[in-house]
Amino acid sequence: MILNAAVDSAIAIAERRIGKPGEQVFAGRPYVMIQRAFLAFKGSSWFVVLSGFVEPVLYLASFGYGLSSLVGPMTSSGDSISYAAFIAPGLLATSAMNGAIYDSTFNVFFKMHHGKVYNAMLATSLGPLDVAMGEIGWALLRGLTYAIGFMIVVAPFGLIPSIWGLLAIPAAVLIAFGFASVGMGVTSYLKDFQQLEWINFIMLPLFLFSGTLYSTDAFPRALQIIIEALPLAQAIALVRDLTLGQVHLGTLWHILYFAVMIVGGLFFTTHRLRSLFQK
Amino acid sequence: MSSINRQVSRWTVLRAVEHRLLIQKKWFASILMFGIGNPTIYLLSIGLGIGSLVDSNTTGVDGVKYLTFLAPALLASAAIQSAMTETMFPVMAGFIWAKTFFGIRSTPISGKQMANGVWISAILQVTFTTGIYWIILWLFGAMDHKGSWLSLFTACLGGLAVGAVLLWIASVIDHDDGFLAIINRFVLMPMFLFSGTFYPLAVLPLYVRWLGWISPLWHSTELGRWVSYGHSVSGRLIVIHFLYLFLWIALGLKLAQARFEKRLAK
Amino acid sequence: MPTRSTEVVIAAHNLKKVYGDFVAVDSIDFKVRKGESFGLLGPNGAGKSTTMRMMSATMERSEGELMILGLDPKQDSPQIRAHLGVVPQQDNLDGELTVAENLYIYGRYFGLSRAYLKPKVEELLDFAQLQEKRNEKVEALSGGMKRRLTIARGLINQPEILMLDEPTTGLDPQARHILWDRLFRLKEEGVTLILTTHYMDEAEQLCDRIIVMDNGRIMAEGSPAALIAEYSSKEVLELRFGSNKNAESAKKLAGYGDRLEILPDRILIYCTDAELVLEKINHDGMKPLTSLVRRSSLEDVFLRLTGRTLVD
Repeated sequence: MILNAAVDSAIAIAERRIGKPGEQVFAGRPYVMIQRAFLAFKGSSWFVVLSGFVEPVLYLASFGYGLSSLVGPMTSSGDSISYAAFIAPGLLATSAMNGAIYDSTFNVFFKMHHGKVYNAMLATSLGPLDVAMGEIGWALLRGLTYAIGFMIVVAPFGLIPSIWGLLAIPAAVLIAFGFASVGMGVTSYLKDFQQLEWINFIMLPLFLFSGTLYSTDAFPRALQIIIEALPLAQAIALVRDLTLGQVHLGTLWHILYFAVMIVGGLFFTTHRLRSLFQK
Repeated sequence: MSSINRQVSRWTVLRAVEHRLLIQKKWFASILMFGIGNPTIYLLSIGLGIGSLVDSNTTGVDGVKYLTFLAPALLASAAIQSAMTETMFPVMAGFIWAKTFFGIRSTPISGKQMANGVWISAILQVTFTTGIYWIILWLFGAMDHKGSWLSLFTACLGGLAVGAVLLWIASVIDHDDGFLAIINRFVLMPMFLFSGTFYPLAVLPLYVRWLGWISPLWHSTELGRWVSYGHSVSGRLIVIHFLYLFLWIALGLKLAQARFEKRLAK
Repeated sequence: MPTRSTEVVIAAHNLKKVYGDFVAVDSIDFKVRKGESFGLLGPNGAGKSTTMRMMSATMERSEGELMILGLDPKQDSPQIRAHLGVVPQQDNLDGELTVAENLYIYGRYFGLSRAYLKPKVEELLDFAQLQEKRNEKVEALSGGMKRRLTIARGLINQPEILMLDEPTTGLDPQARHILWDRLFRLKEEGVTLILTTHYMDEAEQLCDRIIVMDNGRIMAEGSPAALIAEYSSKEVLELRFGSNKNAESAKKLAGYGDRLEILPDRILIYCTDAELVLEKINHDGMKPLTSLVRRSSLEDVFLRLTGRTLVD
């Protein structure tokens, strides 16, 4: 008898999902992907990963300190606030986006084309939705760490005036989730490194025009409407509402925006992974 | 058979340049696109967005409009950015990612020539992208003074100073291991943010200001501001700025050439 | 509960895979029985890997029927994959992890428990002769070691069927022999082996039954010995007269054996007793530069069936 109890267990584990929704794409094990990411993280340079939260802090230090003397105080929903307090939430939201995009594009692209690790994973009983959720889950853990690091450094300077600001941490994770789930699907279309550059190229105006460093009030109304519909502007508005304690009904709309982005993104990514590796 | 030219001369270095340019030809369209797109977006957003804030709040920075003040700094940092792409990536690819340098080693091209090849094609590339950037700045009206065109050269000088040192650093590292992220995070980004790019260096407290003093970006920016709108600098400082940047180039190149030779001889 | 067949583990009927206009696998029929080792032979582009991927439930078929362990991959592909071990043509080990971690995490992908995996990883490290390298990153391994690790990884879930796509391509002779030994042990343990190869000696060493594929079709099927008997002769005499003289000399050689094959660099004479034919040729005054007497091999079958003297 070549089958022993353990083997039957591998098979039984797979057969448990027969007849359940999404049985072809989901094995219910995204956590093993997180375990993999953790093993890889253990064997890599921690410092590189952990020091990621430094970037928004540096931006904040440079712009918040140096530029504030030139631009003077800002207004948000009628309140007058310091320039640093104005850009802090924008930088947190932007870094959540950047981290998620980096993890779901550059990292994923590398694994897809050079390591071919996804081929190996999808030759097991694991499904594409497990892979997508696991990869995104790891990106979110990283985003969570960065957001906490950022808040710890920034809060003592009085840049988070409201207690609502604590919720900016989960908000950053929500934002990262939205970007990562769409980003991974987009990456599946890319063929070479040069195309990855295009992602940077799209990210730059998103960062520069979405009102991180100045209010979009200066723009013509038509342009403002377009910008407000973009995900980063939504993200910044959400985090700013929370750190400044200006929570209102519109805040819920921002959350809903990301909920839709997450669900749509996961659907899209799973579909793409399936057609890439299992068709 | 004897018709093949087997001459090995000092001009063999041009073969190495040719190799680099051949690679870039493939990406010409996107290089051009990014070359024009990036500065335009930057100027529209920072220059005009922050510019309107600053100009309505002050009577001008360093005696000029914010955009005029900012333009030479943006140009200088774009040149550095381009120099970084054109030195770090080809060297990392050549030694680590695709290991093409080890393939070229079996031809008559020497290690030193390979280093020079990357360097020369970086000069061409940096001049090209910085040139486009300058034109766009000019179109935005940020380069209107008599000597403004000279800022193209001071910016390239700064870019190449950083490029030469990065050429060496990239040839030293053995593993990819997030090295690029570290350089980016702890060297290039602080340099960009604390070199008096967006506001005069004097705004910063003294204990941070030294970051600017050692940064090639600050030296290159100061020169750029001097030529493009007449920012006042003493003659002695001008000499220091130039000397400092040339020192980086000389040192970086020398070390890189030695390192290339050694690494390819293994 | 799906039922598992005891005899036939894989059955393909009219199996077809089309990419756009290109027919990669053209309506083929075959069966794989439990415990046998089954080889897919053919030149590059014959459709071996495509067939393999359909069998490993990682590629959907275009037409026809395919049953793996009594299940249809269209409905139950994750469940099928739980039974399989897959060794792809290119090693896709996880470069960010160590040797032992690669085995462990692959088991986790199947949902296997830590308690099962701990001793299993040790067993497989022994099997792959990689105990000493267990804490090294994968990049530090030689080609042969990587291949052994990929095979060991494919065994982590104790698969009923192990699929190997060109397991020894690119390895040096020593590494190949070590691998063959490992595969032979698995065969003795009763694991069903399915492998593609374009090495004839490999197929002769490892396979009980072979199908020869070309242009997406099956050209012949049988045991190595049966195929040689049917499509070749017992022995082969290889003669070289020098590149320019082979064709000319061949004219004089007609009738010396059962069949002649004129290759650019040499002439093959298919016959029952090659020594005897060589003696006759020498006696008749022809002076080949070199001569070689050998047993007929699958390579001869292959050349005859696919009609290709050049296989890239």
